[in-house]
Formats: sequence, C-alpha cells, structure tokens
Amino acid sequence: MPYLPHSEEDVRRALETIGVESIDALFDALPATLRNPDIDLPPAMDETTLLAHLRSLAARDRPAGPNFLGGGMRRHFIPSVTPHLALQSEFVTAYTPYQPEVAQGILQATFEYQTMMSELTGLAVSNASMYDGATATAEAALLAVRQTRRERVLVSRGVHPETRAILATYLEALDIRIDTLDLEHLATPVPTVDGDVACVIVQQPNFLGSLEAMAALTQAAHASGALLVAVVDPLGLAVLTPPGAYGADIAVGDGQTIGNPTAFGGPSFGFMVVTDALLRQLPGRLVGETVDVDGRRAFVLTLQAREQHIRRSKARSNICSNHQLTALMATVNLAALGPQGLREAAAASLRQAHRLADRLRSQGADLAGDVRFFNEFTVRTRRPGSVVRSALAARGVHAGVPVGSEYRLGNAVVLAATELVSDEDIEQLVGALTAEGELEGREVGHG
Amino acid sequence: MADTSAPSFPTIFERSRPGRRAARPPHFDEPDLAALLGEDQVRAAPPRLPEVSELDLVRHFTQLAHRQFSIDGNVYPLGSCTMKYNPKVHEEAARLFQDLHPQQAPETAQGTLRLLYELQRDLGALTGMDAVSLQPAAGAHGELTGILMIRAYHRARGEGKQRRVVLVPDGAHDTNPATAAMAGYRVVEVPSDATGEVDLDAFTRALGPEVAAVMLTNPNTVGVFETRILEIARRAHEAGAQLYYDGANLNAIVGRVRPGDMGFDVVHLNLHKTFTTPHGGGGPGTGPVGVKAHLAEFLPVPLVVEADQGYRLSEDVPKSIGRMRSFVGNVGNLIRAYAYIRTLGLEGLRRVSGHAVLNANYLRVRMQQAGYTVPFDRLNMHEFVAQPPEGLHTLDIAKALLDEGMHPMTVYFPLIVKEAMMVEPTETESLETLDAYAEALGRVLRRAAEDEGYLAGAPYHTPVRRLDEVRAARRPVLRYAFGDDPGSAD
Repeated sequence: MPYLPHSEEDVRRALETIGVESIDALFDALPATLRNPDIDLPPAMDETTLLAHLRSLAARDRPAGPNFLGGGMRRHFIPSVTPHLALQSEFVTAYTPYQPEVAQGILQATFEYQTMMSELTGLAVSNASMYDGATATAEAALLAVRQTRRERVLVSRGVHPETRAILATYLEALDIRIDTLDLEHLATPVPTVDGDVACVIVQQPNFLGSLEAMAALTQAAHASGALLVAVVDPLGLAVLTPPGAYGADIAVGDGQTIGNPTAFGGPSFGFMVVTDALLRQLPGRLVGETVDVDGRRAFVLTLQAREQHIRRSKARSNICSNHQLTALMATVNLAALGPQGLREAAAASLRQAHRLADRLRSQGADLAGDVRFFNEFTVRTRRPGSVVRSALAARGVHAGVPVGSEYRLGNAVVLAATELVSDEDIEQLVGALTAEGELEGREVGHG
Repeated sequence: MADTSAPSFPTIFERSRPGRRAARPPHFDEPDLAALLGEDQVRAAPPRLPEVSELDLVRHFTQLAHRQFSIDGNVYPLGSCTMKYNPKVHEEAARLFQDLHPQQAPETAQGTLRLLYELQRDLGALTGMDAVSLQPAAGAHGELTGILMIRAYHRARGEGKQRRVVLVPDGAHDTNPATAAMAGYRVVEVPSDATGEVDLDAFTRALGPEVAAVMLTNPNTVGVFETRILEIARRAHEAGAQLYYDGANLNAIVGRVRPGDMGFDVVHLNLHKTFTTPHGGGGPGTGPVGVKAHLAEFLPVPLVVEADQGYRLSEDVPKSIGRMRSFVGNVGNLIRAYAYIRTLGLEGLRRVSGHAVLNANYLRVRMQQAGYTVPFDRLNMHEFVAQPPEGLHTLDIAKALLDEGMHPMTVYFPLIVKEAMMVEPTETESLETLDAYAEALGRVLRRAAEDEGYLAGAPYHTPVRRLDEVRAARRPVLRYAFGDDPGSAD
C-alpha cells in the first residue's frame, strides 16, 4: 500500500508489543453496528494511472491564451526561482513554528515577509498572513469594531462584490450593521460619517478599476473617530501611494498578484498591516525578533496572548493556520524582483492596460466614464458580461469579468492587463470584441 | 552570561546592495505615471525591498531551509497536527491545474470543476454527510462555517434568540471556543471524566433550551474514542442542539466509522491532516464542511453542481449563510486531497486509520517502557497523552529531543493534563523510527538523571538555542530596522 511502511511481520510485532490480536481489535471502542460501512469510492489507482487520469481532467481546462482577467486575481510574472526556493521540502512539509530553535527558516522568512508588507503599505505592523484578501477585510472590520467599540461599518460599493459578501457573513454573526456607499462616476464619494461608525472600507483601485480619493475618504473617517480600512492590490503599491501615506489605519488585501499562481482562486494569501496603535488588536500570528541564550539574533512567534490557543473564547479571532507557504512565495518573489523589478512589472501592467483602453476607445468603445485607473478598467458591452466572456473564450481570449447590475452600468465587463500581455494579445482582444459587435450599439447606462 | 560574539544569520535586507536584482519582468518603456494616474496617486518613495543577485537569493532561502525542521527531514509526531508524509505526486498533480483563473468562463474550466464536484461527493461519502462545501480555507474557518450554519438553522426555526450557548469539552481544540465566540455564542465547557471521555452526567446537566450546538472531537484530544457517542448524540438532539464534529482527528477512524452515522449534523475536515496536504509551515490549510440534509439549504456558496452544459458554480442555495471566502476555495489543496483519495481507495484509507492507531499504541507502549507515564492507560486511537516522570518538565524534554534530531510532540496540550505530551506518530512512520524515538526519549531521561543541569540547558546543537521569548513580547520588534527607523512596534 502506498506510503504505509509496515510489512506483515511489522504489524505482527507491533500487535504483540501492544498485546492485542488484530488491528480491528484496536477499534473495539467504535459502535459495533456502525463499523466498516460500505462507502462508495472509486477503486485505488497506481501513480501512472492517477497522473493519466488527472492529465485527462486537466485537458478539459483551457488556461492557455491571452489573458485579460482581473476581478480579484491576475496573472503576473513569477520567475522560475520563486517556486524553486519557496517550495523546498523543508518549507512545504514543516508545521507551524512552535519549536523556534529548529524553525528559524520559516520564522525568519516570516519576519522578512512582515517587513516587506510594512514597506509596501507604509504601515507599521504586518501579521504573518491571513486566508485571503476577503477574509482579511472582514477581520479588519472586526478589529475596527473591537478598537472603537462601535457596531456599524461603512463599505464602499467599489469593494469587490465577493469581499462584501464575506464581510456580510462575518459581521451578520455579531449583529454588526453594514451600510454600503454607492459610487458616483465609478468612485466613492466622500461620505458623511456618523459617530457610531467603526470604520470606512474602501478598495483602491476599486472593483471597476478606478482610483479612489483615498486621502479625502480617510479624513472623513477620522473626523468622526472611525478607522479607514484600505483594501489594496500589493503589486499596485509599487507605483501607487501607499495606505500609510494617506493615513489609513489598516491595509488589507490579497497577495496573489505578488507571487502566486491564480490556481482557480486559491490558495493565495491575505495580508493585514496596521498602525502601531492597533497592534494589540491584530488577529493571527506575529513573528518577533529576540536573542537566544548565546546572544544570537533569533525569531519567535510572539504576542500570542491575542490568539486562540492562549485565549480560547477571548481570542481576537479563531484563526489558527494562516497561509504561510503562499506568503513565503510572495516573500521570495518580492526579493527576486526587488524594488526595481516590482516597479517595472507594475508600470508595464499599467502601460498595457492603458494601451488596451486607448485601442478600445479608438474602436468606439465606451469606457464607462473618463476615470483614472491602474491596470483594470470597465468597458460597456452589447451583451451581458457572462455572455461576452464566453464569446471571447470561444475566440481563444480570456477576458471580461462581468459587472453586476448593482453598479447600474447596464452591460459591462472589467478588463485587466499585466506585463504578461503583449501588444499582439491586445490586438487579438480588440479584434475579438469588435468581431462580436460588443463595442457598438450597446445600451447606454447611467454611470 | 550571554556570548554576544556568536554570529547571527543575516536577514535578506542585510544581504541587499543597491542596484542588484535577481529577476526581470518583460521589458516595456515606462509610461508617464503622473500623467496617467494623477500626481497625487503616485508613490513618492519606493518600498525598501531587498536588492540581491539571483545566486544570493538562492543561497539565502536555501540556507533558511537548512535552518528549518520538516517531516521530510525526520519524525515530527505533533499530537493533533498529524504530521504524516506528504506524497510528492500530489505536488505534480496540483501543478497541472495551477494556471486556471477563477474568473474564466466555466466552459473553459470543466476539468477542475469536475474534479471538485467528485471531491464534494467523495468527502460526503467518507463522512456520511449529504452535502459538502469546499470553501473554507482552514480547519478553524470550517468550524466558523459550520457554526454559522447551525446558527442559521436555529434562526430559521425561530429559536435563534433562545439558543445562545455552545458546549465544548474541556479538552477541546482551542479553536472551538474561539469559533463559537466569533459566531456570537457564549461558550460553556463540559468536564471530562477519569477515563478521558466526556462526563456524561455533567454533559446532560449542561444541555438545555439555550444550547445551540455541541462541538466534539472524536476520538478526542487525549486520543480516546468517545464510546458513549450515540447516547451523547441522542441527548443533544433531544435537547434541540446540533452536534458538530471537529474533524481534526478523523484520520483515526477514516473508512471505519462515519461522523454522519454517529449522529453528527455538521463536520469539518482538515485536509492537511487526514488527507495529507502539506502544512507549509502553518498553512494554507483547507477545511471543507459536510452537513446532513436538514442543513444543506444553509451551505455557503458557491457549490459545484452538474448541469446540462457540464459543471458550474452555483449560488442557488436558498438560505445560504453567504460566502466564506473568495472564489471556490483552496483549489490547489483540494486537488492534492483528491489525488490521495484516488490513490488509496476505501481499502487503503481504512488501512491508513488502522496503521495510524497501531503506530500510536505501539509508541505508547514503548514510551511507557522508556519511563514515561500515560494518564489514561487504555488502548488509544491515533494519538495519546503522556507525562514525564515526576519533577521533570515537558518543555525541557522537548528541547533535549531537538538535540537528538527529532521533533518533540505537542506540549502542554490538552490543558486538562499536567505537563502534557501529546504524541501522534501517524501511519507513515516505520517501527524502527518509532523505536528510535522512544530510545531517544529514554536517553534524555538517563542523561537528566546523571547531569542535573543538562535538561535546563538544552538544546545545545540547534541553529539557535533557547530564546528569550519574554524579551520578544515585552519589546516587540516585528520588522527589520533599516538603520534610520527603530523597527520597533511599541
């Protein structure tokens, strides 16, 4: 049997040592009437058969072709050295670093990760990672509720619809009220923030791709004692003003764009970075620097009194396993790219997205408002987004994240471009959209 | 007296030199950022990311890997954590699917969707549950999902306001009470009896019209199967409570008895435990949740469904608790678990639980022979709790084991046993490895008897020695200090 080392002789010796007759006898405590049920599972496969089966499944997927998909994840350049180093078996097959003397690899890499996320966001303290950007956003809202002792949050409709759905799931459980801020001209207007609001949550760039006036939104939140939670794309922070610079209290987001494959949605990782003032409210693991008995610098999980394994029902969150390995992918990737490489990737991404936008405009496309954007933007289409996406897929191009009716734009899709998109790819997408008649005769919405 | 001359291992930031770099993205001329983004949106100063050559990068992370203990390196018998071997073919399996984008048109993702659909079905069959969600990103996340569904169920029946309490045994995983609190519940602990099982009388007294759920791990955290589980389920249901199965220990019974058959209404699985997806140094885990039919209308969305035009993601769940995370789930790990189930089949999985329990009992006996005591001295399941001889501390023994090149067991958990050593060898270790582990534990005791200061000073031969953890917490340094800032958080 694969992965099980025991010979029949081993089993016999072990049973004799224990003093029982058979392996089944070890299970006498199980309810007799329920034992060994007939479970309908396919028969076992050897490795060759398994891989052939998996390849036949993978052949039904069509990941290849020019890719303009954004909406939460994007394909970016990941050099070969990144997975090679991050996926060394010592990292892959380790547990949470509870014995720091033999876990300096993961502990130090996490300390380096925390430093890099602090640098990217311009905020003081990063935890060791969360599940994904959406759950990190929900945890940020809960943090704000704890910190301010207020039980209402304002969230911009520009925050990814799935993120808002998860926020609702988490907050509804604690009877915390959520009010949604409608967009005007594809961006969040500066709201009136009442004194009972714990935080204002804004995504930068927002789901439609537009840039938000983060400084003004932050001021409005702070004026009434609310926190500002910035949901950010870490790759974008190479060229965009970091949350710390406009006074955000918490930066969260999904780390996929800085070093993980899209993997049909996961695993990537979420990040959370906060000001010094919020350190004690931070959920999840933290790695700190210290020394060993010989005076050598060393790293260790610290401030654990915030966490579930110490505080049980009084913990900041129930999070236990975070997303260490995918965060390590980002750590290695950021070190591989360095400040220059990350900036080049972000700038090229921005350049290609604007080139695509210009080409579409020249074909008569309606870009749903004259707004500034980073590397994703919204374009109106003749047919509903999911139909457009399928039609483009049939032409070998992956593009067109559907824009929901809540945005009142009529039929529209979000398009993204990255540094992996060539000028030829752009022409292929423009050609496909034109051939489908998507750029003309569309219903005019009210953005 | 600390020897401050001992060399410290450099950080990546200390290896950095201006102008160096490892990787280059495709080249494009840089656009005019201020013109395209607006002056006020452009970052003023670049982030201080490291600047290193590719070889420096390789050396840094390779040397860090050498400073890291792993299951591939040696035995790692953390109780409850299930550090079993992670098959390499699973990594290849996951790579086959890793380029798919979650926003692709579903007709271009039929292979992955079919795999996920089959996995939902197989996990349901293995747990005796009627429907499964693959969404949760970790075991604790699965717990939250399950408890939120139970909450929605009681609300739908008009009992939401009345049922405000979740019962957990005193030996429960710490995530259980933390989860219940996150879902707005008050937590009441139920004591264990002298045999290590839930105290049935105390449990019955704790039940009442205010109890929403009972969270149980079976076998429990001391490695004992709750033999009165059918009675516990009957009494919980009679009181109107839902029974939650913490699947952290499913690996002890997989294929042999199903949570659904024992009367559980909800189960979460830790794919990184029973189904051997790698732990990755602390995640990503994956925590699918299965439910009985009466809870299926509350499942989180999306679910993978089979339709006329093939497989697709469906949000058509009438009273769904909503979404728990973005997209469908930790697909990379779901693929690995699928590969494992396909490799072993039912007979193989049954043998997995059989040998896991065999190995744990074997190591229990060998540790008892080596001088350790076992507070619940009975046949255990996949793990057991031991204690060091009177007067010795578990922490010291754990540190001494590090010098033997072996990883300690889980220490000081569960809280109900003094100086607890919670040991789970798993089914993938050979008897020779278990013998060596017990012998090392015996050797530690003998050295401790010969040399009074030995244990307190251990470890001696690890990359770093015992750490000043108090200093780390009192003066938190949570990021590298670049010279011009203090780097300190407080």
